[in-house]
Amino acid sequence: MLQELDKDTARNRIAKRIALDFEDGAVVNLGIGIPTLVSDYIPEDVHITFQTENGVVGAGPMPPEEDLRFIGAGGRCLSLLPGAALIASDFSFGLIRGGHLDATVLGALEVDAEGNLANWWIPGKLVPGMGGAMDLVTGAKRVIIATTLLTKKQEPKIIQKCSLPMTGVKVVDTVVTEHCLFRVIDGELTLCEVAPGVTAEDIVENTFPELKIALDLEKMKGISKID
Amino acid sequence: MPSKMIKPVMSAEEAVKHIVQGSSVMVGGFNYGGVPYTLVDALVDYGVKDIELIANDTLYEGVGHGKLIQTEQVKKVIASHVGLNKATQRLFNEEKLELELVPQGTFVERIRAGGFGFGGFLTPTGVGTVHEKGKEVMEVQGRKYILELPLKADVALIRGYKADRYGNLTYFGTNRNFNPLMATAAEIVIAEVDSICEVGEIDPNDVVTPGILVDYLVLKGDSYYATRT
Repeated sequence: MLQELDKDTARNRIAKRIALDFEDGAVVNLGIGIPTLVSDYIPEDVHITFQTENGVVGAGPMPPEEDLRFIGAGGRCLSLLPGAALIASDFSFGLIRGGHLDATVLGALEVDAEGNLANWWIPGKLVPGMGGAMDLVTGAKRVIIATTLLTKKQEPKIIQKCSLPMTGVKVVDTVVTEHCLFRVIDGELTLCEVAPGVTAEDIVENTFPELKIALDLEKMKGISKID
Repeated sequence: MPSKMIKPVMSAEEAVKHIVQGSSVMVGGFNYGGVPYTLVDALVDYGVKDIELIANDTLYEGVGHGKLIQTEQVKKVIASHVGLNKATQRLFNEEKLELELVPQGTFVERIRAGGFGFGGFLTPTGVGTVHEKGKEVMEVQGRKYILELPLKADVALIRGYKADRYGNLTYFGTNRNFNPLMATAAEIVIAEVDSICEVGEIDPNDVVTPGILVDYLVLKGDSYYATRT
């Protein structure tokens, strides 16, 4: 049985694990929601350039005083770090589509066994739109998904085959949940790390029966029981 | 007679009269940033209907051009993201609003195509998804691309920072976003700015949008978001 974590613990644990997955010097775009938290946990010896699709290269944390003339993609105020650049949307998406980003971190409604991603439309219910997500999954060198393992209704989000309209086909590289980490290896979603107290069987029960499990299944990096 | 190079400075109320029933209107901005709030508020007051709104998003209910959705002045929206405005969701579900969702990078590039004379362009974004439905998919050098077509508008409402009387524009912070490209892709371009100076007072190195693209200038008003952005 999986132990249910409270919302904040789950979200921060996901962000914490993702923050350990970048190389020094990487250029990274963070999506809205859990992905935004990732910047709080970057190790001190790793330097990341954060890009926001609305026009910043070199975005820093929220400043103490609100200034809406400098916002991030979620509409939250940001600061410009020394050496930052302000760009227009066409240039920003040129960077994204053109392969100039090392990674993007996005949320998900569904991810499936082939690394397909759905995160922009629930037909008949909600049509928020894809925003920049389709371009990001197409152009970024790595696509990292930050998501809880289950929906609010306790249904699996990591499934055999996406049922919702897709954002990108075979685009996902890594999926980090509060309980585990998956990587897409040779085109197949593979369970690679589990959090303390979590077994591969727990994850299979909450995803799909055919889930591939790495032979060298590891403990989730940087995560202890109290995180 | 003033030279035609000198651009008329007018009130927002006067400027939005260039928009008529059924006009297609580009509105600059990404979320709170770079929205021509004063022009949009004037358009709400003017009340003209059946607008085709071309904007990255529909903001929030009661903010900027999000208001135009609530007042049901818009018959169609072309945007990349509309999830933050409940009125957009509601009117779309009630079939009172037509919605064309476009990936954001494709959205801005379609505006470039419209403004810079391209017949379309090929992008890998959206290949294999429902976005390619009804569009031509072409394989070039072993990779699949969607053929995307240009976007143009009757009127663009954009937001700049400083303007001179020729209409040369600079931008500030993250207010830049879609504004410089929208200035290329509409028949009539109306720029809302923080200040207007004499010709020659802006260093040509700082000009992002040359004044030849701008038709009318409007000084920003004192609404909550106009003063804060």
